[in-house]
Amino acid sequence: MTEKISRVRHEYLRHDKKFPHVWCPGCGNGIVLGSLIRAIDKLSLEKDELVLASGIGCAGRMPAYVDFNTLHTTHGRALTFATGIKLAKPELTVLCVMGDGDATAIGGNHFIHAARRNLNLTAIIINNQIYGMTGGQYSPTTPYGANASTAVYGHIEHAFSIAELAITAGAAFVARGTVYHVRMLDTLLAKGIAKRGFSVIEIMSNCHTQYGRRNNMGDPVTMMQWFKDHGVSEQKAKKMSDEEMGEKFTIGVLADKDMPNYMEEYRRIQEQAQLK
Amino acid sequence: MRQLLTGNGAAAWGMRLAGAEYVPAFPITPQTEIIETISGWISSGELDARMVTMDSEHSMLTAAGTAAATGVRVFTATSSQGLLYAMEMLYTVAGWRAPFVLVNVSRALSSPITLEPDHNDVLAARDSGFLQIHCSTCQEVVDSLLLAYRLGEDERVRLPVIVNLDGYYLSFTREPVILPGEDVVSRFLPPYDPEETQFRAKDPLSQGVAVLGGSHYSYFRYETHYASQNGLSVFAEIGREFGDLTGRFYSLLEEYRTDDAEIVFFMIGSFATKAKEAVNRLRDAGQKVGLLRPRLLRPFPEHAIAAALRGVKGVAVVDQNISFGKGGILFAELASALYHIKERPLALVSFIGGLGGRDISNAEFYEMARVTAEAAQSGKIPPPRLLYTKEELARIQGLKAIASAGLHKEQ
Repeated sequence: MTEKISRVRHEYLRHDKKFPHVWCPGCGNGIVLGSLIRAIDKLSLEKDELVLASGIGCAGRMPAYVDFNTLHTTHGRALTFATGIKLAKPELTVLCVMGDGDATAIGGNHFIHAARRNLNLTAIIINNQIYGMTGGQYSPTTPYGANASTAVYGHIEHAFSIAELAITAGAAFVARGTVYHVRMLDTLLAKGIAKRGFSVIEIMSNCHTQYGRRNNMGDPVTMMQWFKDHGVSEQKAKKMSDEEMGEKFTIGVLADKDMPNYMEEYRRIQEQAQLK
Repeated sequence: MRQLLTGNGAAAWGMRLAGAEYVPAFPITPQTEIIETISGWISSGELDARMVTMDSEHSMLTAAGTAAATGVRVFTATSSQGLLYAMEMLYTVAGWRAPFVLVNVSRALSSPITLEPDHNDVLAARDSGFLQIHCSTCQEVVDSLLLAYRLGEDERVRLPVIVNLDGYYLSFTREPVILPGEDVVSRFLPPYDPEETQFRAKDPLSQGVAVLGGSHYSYFRYETHYASQNGLSVFAEIGREFGDLTGRFYSLLEEYRTDDAEIVFFMIGSFATKAKEAVNRLRDAGQKVGLLRPRLLRPFPEHAIAAALRGVKGVAVVDQNISFGKGGILFAELASALYHIKERPLALVSFIGGLGGRDISNAEFYEMARVTAEAAQSGKIPPPRLLYTKEELARIQGLKAIASAGLHKEQ
C-alpha cells in the first residue's frame, strides 16, 4: 500500500522540484491535492492528456505541484483559460482548481456561464469560506455572522451555496465533499473528472489560519471535527427539519444529469450544416 | 502627532483625516492592509464611514465612481492586476468629472507573476483622465492623500486622482510620520462641496451620456485635458498652502542637490530615495550630481521640468517600467518635453531597472552617472540600457540549463 502511494506521488507530483509546498501546516489544500492525484490514478489518465488550470489564491498554487500541463493564471479566470484550451484541444482532460473567492466573487460570472454552457470541464472549488492568502477578508461564502479581517464584529452579508448555484446554473454534475470525508472525496473527484459535461466539486476545506482563528476553530483538528459533524448525506438531510439542519450541509453527489455537452452539440450542428 | 506607520497605514490615515465617507474595497496584495485598517476603524466606531468589499475591482471602481457622482467624498485602493481589471471603469468614471481618490500600491504585472513593485500598472492608467501623484516616503503618502482630495475637488480640475506608492518598498516599510492635526485638515480640506455634481432629480444634470458624431465627444475630451492641465497650477498653489500650515511644502517636483548639478537622475517613486543616497556619495567624491523627481505625472509638469534641467549637461532617466518595443515611458515623456527647449541637456540616457522589485544598487547608480557624463561630453548617446548584472545573467543561465536538461531527460 505504502509503495503504491509513493509510486502515485512520484508519478503525478513534481516531487523533486517544488516541495515543500507553501500551504500552512494542516491546510486542507494538501488533502485535496492527494485526493485529486488518487482520482486521476484511478482513472488511469496520462499526464500529457491532463491540464490543471488555476486562478489566484492559496488554491492557485496547486498546479505548481502536479506534473501535468499546468497554468497558473489571473484572479477568477481559471475557467476562461480552461475554455480556450478545451475548445482548441477537445481531446485533453481539463481541470480547474479554484478557491471560493476566486470562483464565486471575481470569477463568479465565468463560473455560472461555464456551467450553463456545459463545457466538458471539471471545476474543483476549495471552499474555505475566506480569502486566505490576502489575509482573511470575507468572501462570498463567509457565513452570516462569522468574523473576518474586514468584518471584525461579524459579517452582515449572506453566503452563496456554491453547489446550489452550480445546479441552478445548469452544471451536469455537482457534488460536495469535505477534507474530512476523504475517501468520499476521492470518489467524487473521479466521478466528476469522468463526467462528460461541466462538473463541479465543491470541497469544504479548513483555513484555520485565517478563518478558524477568527471563529473559535483555531486549529485543523477542530475544523476537521466541524466538517465531520456538519457534513450530512442527502438521504439523511431529507429526513431532517430545517432546525436540525442548522449550519449543516449536504455532501455527496447532488446532481448528475445526462445531456450532450458543448462539444457534442458543436459537432452535431457542424454535421447538420454540412448535410444542407 | 508623530507615529510609526507603514506606507499602507499612512494611506489609511490619509483617508481617515480627509473624512472620506464611502470606501468600496477589494483585497489584493500589497494593498490589502489599507482596507483592513479602515474596516477595523469603521467597525470599532473610531471612524464614521461606510465600506463594502465588492466582488471585484471592476465593481469596486464602478461603485466609487457612482458614489462620487452623488456628491460624497470617496476613497478606494487597489494594486496591479486589480487596477488593470478596473481599467474600463477608470476611463469611464474620469469622464463623469466626479472627483475621488484611488490609492494604487504599485506591483508589477503578469506575466510572469510577481508581487513586487514596478510602475507598469499605474502607467497603464496614464491616459485615463485620473491625475497621478507619486510618493517616495510614508510622510508623503499621508500628505498626498489630503493634497489629492483638494486637487481633484478643485472646481478648475474636478477629476479623480491616483495616489501611487510602491508595493513592499513603501507599503510595508515603517517610517515616522507626522499626522496633520484636525485644525490643519479642517483649514486645508474643508467638507466637500460637490456643487452641481450630485443627484437632484428636480434639477437634473447629465454626465457621460452617449454623443455620436465626434464633435460633442471631442469637446468633452478636450475639456478633460484642459482640466487635467489646470491641475499643475492648482497643485503648486495648494502645495504652498499646505506648507504654510504644516511646514511641509509640496511642489510639482522634488529637486535634490540639483542647483549646480551637471548630471541628474530623473525618476519617480520610492526608488528615488536610493538615488538620493547615490547622489550623496557621488557628491562626496566631488561629482556634481543631483536628482529630479516629478511628484505629479499627470498632468505632466513639463515646463517645471525644463526649467529645473536648465544648465544640466546629462540626464539619466531611470524607468521602472518597460513599454515593449519602445523602452522607458518616462524617457519618452521627458524627451518630448525638452525637444523645443533651446538650452536642453546635451544627453538624455535611458535606463530601465527595478522591474518586479529588482533592486537598483549604488554601484548601478554610479555607472549610470558615469555613462551619462560620458555621453554628455562626447555627444555620443548610448542605446537604452536594461540593468542586469553579470551575476544575475549567470544565475538565470544556470537555471535555464537545469530546465533544458530536464526536458531532454523526459524526451
